[in-house]
Amino acid sequence: MRAFVAVLARDLRLAGRIGGSGALGLVFFLMIVVLVPFALGPDLNLLSRIGPAILWLAAVLATLIGLDRLFQADEEDGSLDLIAGTPAPLELVVVAKVLAHWLTTGLPLALAAPLFGLLVALTPTAMAATSLTLLVGTPALTFIGAAGAALTASIRRGGLILAVVVLPLMIPTLIFGVSATEAAGGGTVPFATPLMILAALSLVAAVTGTLAAAAALRWGE
Amino acid sequence: MRLIAETLSCRRSGRRIFSGLSFALADGEALVVTGRNGAGKSSLLAILAGRLRPEAGRLRAEGIGERTIPETLHVVGHRDGLKGALTAQENLAFARDLLGGAALAPREALARLGLAHAAALPVGYLSAGQRRRVALARLLVCRRPLWLLDEPTAALDAASREALAGLMREHLAAGGLVIAATHQSLGLDEARRLSIEAYRPPAPSGADLAAEFDR
Repeated sequence: MRAFVAVLARDLRLAGRIGGSGALGLVFFLMIVVLVPFALGPDLNLLSRIGPAILWLAAVLATLIGLDRLFQADEEDGSLDLIAGTPAPLELVVVAKVLAHWLTTGLPLALAAPLFGLLVALTPTAMAATSLTLLVGTPALTFIGAAGAALTASIRRGGLILAVVVLPLMIPTLIFGVSATEAAGGGTVPFATPLMILAALSLVAAVTGTLAAAAALRWGE
Repeated sequence: MRLIAETLSCRRSGRRIFSGLSFALADGEALVVTGRNGAGKSSLLAILAGRLRPEAGRLRAEGIGERTIPETLHVVGHRDGLKGALTAQENLAFARDLLGGAALAPREALARLGLAHAAALPVGYLSAGQRRRVALARLLVCRRPLWLLDEPTAALDAASREALAGLMREHLAAGGLVIAATHQSLGLDEARRLSIEAYRPPAPSGADLAAEFDR
């Protein structure tokens, strides 16, 4: 438990220091959301209809920011060798690192979604729904990404490979995230159904992503 | 503890580096591994640290109870495992919490290596020798019986080399084990020596070389 807290605190501190990816994901998220109205033109009806999808797509891409360095930075400077000597299981260390990444990327995205929703003319209901679905769904994105990050940890310029490997696996999360948000604005499906599936995806990803990332790090040794 | 290596052999990217390497090391003993560049010193230390799987042979330890071998050792090598954005003190506090078995406080450990003044500086601002001393201070922050040191004196000045020799003698006197790969004298007179070049596989003949290339 002590090792868990130590890794979590260190990664949060690193994200806040110079060269960390603390606020970068959020700024990237904002950039994508700002670009869309410029590309589509000022059609408010169209924007508010596709707004949730844009926010979710932006969240998926913003999650990838900093993900490639999740284990690579530790591999390069020898911190992984240090971590290999801890009495705590490697899975616990992986969970701590993923949690730190989610707290600095996924959580701010979910909290900022209502604000950014203004840019794509979302209704208040859709803003709340987007925020909630991002809160429930972004852990799945981060855990899936962590498995890819562990696989590409020892590859130079693994960031692009990471995106190619990981993005297809994020499709189910994207589908249910967007459909839950749209269900909140009225439709044939109640809001709870896709939201529950989204929550299930996050829980499954938390287990499989952790095990896969730890296995990839061990294998990489 | 007692560390026993039995006929270890190592292959990296298809080439066998050493084979049939055996030794046993007991409490209070030091082993200095020597050999030319690329002879496999770092590979041997990586095998001992559990970061590399030997091609053949076995590594075991006695008297460490429930712990695995990686949990009983410290590694200080080329990659120092320090985060440039964190201060020396934060780096050491992290190592202490991660590894457990706290001994000296980070600030005292830094003082032992003559770096008390740099405790609050980000490690990224330190020179190579100072970084190495921060990494060596990790040896004192957590108590672990086996020290694996890869070129520990690289970038160190004469005074720091002397301080390191003192720390190693102290550790050995307290029943610890030291395995160091080095080109330079470490000031350990009673240390056993192991020349890794003695375990080089016989030079491959022409036919073997062709087989290597075919692979």
